[in-house]
Amino acid sequence: MKKYIESFINYRFLLWELVKKGIKLKYRRSYLGIIWSLLEPLLNMIVLTIVFGTILGNHEKTFPVYILCGRLLYSFFSTSTKAALTSIRKNSAMIKKVYVPKYLYTLSAVLYNYIIFLISLIVLVGVALVLGLKPSVYLFQALLALVLILMLSTGCGFILATLGVFFRDMEYLWSVALTLIMYMCAIFYQPERLLSSGFYWILKFNPLYCIIDIMRSAVFGSMMNMQYFVYALCFSIGTIIIGLAGFIKKQDEFILQI
Amino acid sequence: MAKKAIVLSHIGMKFNLSKEKVDSLKEYLIKFVRKEIRYNEFWALKDINLTIYEGERVGILGLNGAGKSTLLKVIAGVFKPTEGTVEKHGKIAPLLELGAGFDKQYTGSENIYLYGAMLGYKKKFIDEKYNEIVEFSELGEFIDVPVKNYSSGMRSRLGFSIATVVAPKILILDEVLSVGDAKFRRKSERKVMDMFDSGVTVLFVSHSLEQVKRICNKAMILDHGKLVAYGDIDEVAPQYEKMIEGREDELPRRAKKNRKKKKTGREN
Repeated sequence: MKKYIESFINYRFLLWELVKKGIKLKYRRSYLGIIWSLLEPLLNMIVLTIVFGTILGNHEKTFPVYILCGRLLYSFFSTSTKAALTSIRKNSAMIKKVYVPKYLYTLSAVLYNYIIFLISLIVLVGVALVLGLKPSVYLFQALLALVLILMLSTGCGFILATLGVFFRDMEYLWSVALTLIMYMCAIFYQPERLLSSGFYWILKFNPLYCIIDIMRSAVFGSMMNMQYFVYALCFSIGTIIIGLAGFIKKQDEFILQI
Repeated sequence: MAKKAIVLSHIGMKFNLSKEKVDSLKEYLIKFVRKEIRYNEFWALKDINLTIYEGERVGILGLNGAGKSTLLKVIAGVFKPTEGTVEKHGKIAPLLELGAGFDKQYTGSENIYLYGAMLGYKKKFIDEKYNEIVEFSELGEFIDVPVKNYSSGMRSRLGFSIATVVAPKILILDEVLSVGDAKFRRKSERKVMDMFDSGVTVLFVSHSLEQVKRICNKAMILDHGKLVAYGDIDEVAPQYEKMIEGREDELPRRAKKNRKKKKTGREN
């Protein structure tokens, strides 16, 4: 354990360089650059509001904020786990040349997406203020949601990174799974609609939905569901333990596969 | 007595060459159920024992596929050996396939920081040495151009400049003294020679026996993953020459034999 902490301290400059590289290269050669991290969720929100506001007849004024909470968290989870999944294979040229702890590649893939995600939260703040939502003490719960989503993505990221080295199919399987997860997150419909249908357990056992719900409680100013919080926390810690253990156990075999 | 720099004990490196590469889940499941996953084991290195002392300059000789690069990668820590242990004393500068670790979309100067960080340099150190690196690489204004637009010579030059800016205790050279044009080659050889004077330990792979004789004072011969000989360059070089001659004679015979045995693929 001490060995890992020491190596982490030694390599934190490299971790930072890798994070910086991810952010820089994501928007390089686009005219608007990093502004896209704000514009993209904003445009998406408008589309979703128009489509689902009309179809589902939801004309609440704050509906865009509701959508934005879900979509921002979901899209961070989706992009970061996808990036983690391919992180080892993408960096194979480096891995084959110089010894560097391999978890850095996976961790940096999650972290650079996290920073972009944090920047994109500006949109949420802006839209919420414009639509007249007043911040309350419950807003501090948002910090919990932000920590939980990072933990969950990191844990899932490590599991996927390990699997991704051995099975190329994971990339395609995971993108299908992500679509399924998206519909299980109640991003653009009210969960109450599922309440009566008997499928509510799908939401309750989806840690990502639990985190989104905590975020919504924070933004809309109500006490979060403690059950959700405990469940999401345990689930995230579980994925981190499984993810890291599997990764460390298998990491010496990576080089023979890539 | 000189201090030990690298101690290799019972190093063995095994590769599993599955007859058909299984890397899709479906294939794996089908084969797993049918118990068809068979691995073709291949030992790239077998039971290597060696102690290299500080200041020794060791040439690694051997034919293609003898395990030279694998041995260097084991020492550099890229490969974890299947058996045995590697003991290293001091900072290692690995010069393996220079510039292959660059990010193609990044500019030269961004790559200096990225690659430097990979080699374990601190930010302050790179800041200080930045000009020296750029100057030595002779890239001039190309330093702000993405590396994908570089020629392979330019890429190697930059890689060499970054990797040698530090004063390492152990230097690993894999065919790198043949980068760039004749002028840069001379310059890089001089730079490496300068390091020799400061007592650096060197591991050097080259197919040119001339170059090995010029640079090294010790040499080892690897053959099919086994350490055949180790000693002073004057003793080992003639032995290697003899070995190559012997091989050339038996080549036609071997080729026939191989066709009959239908050998499976090797490491490369």
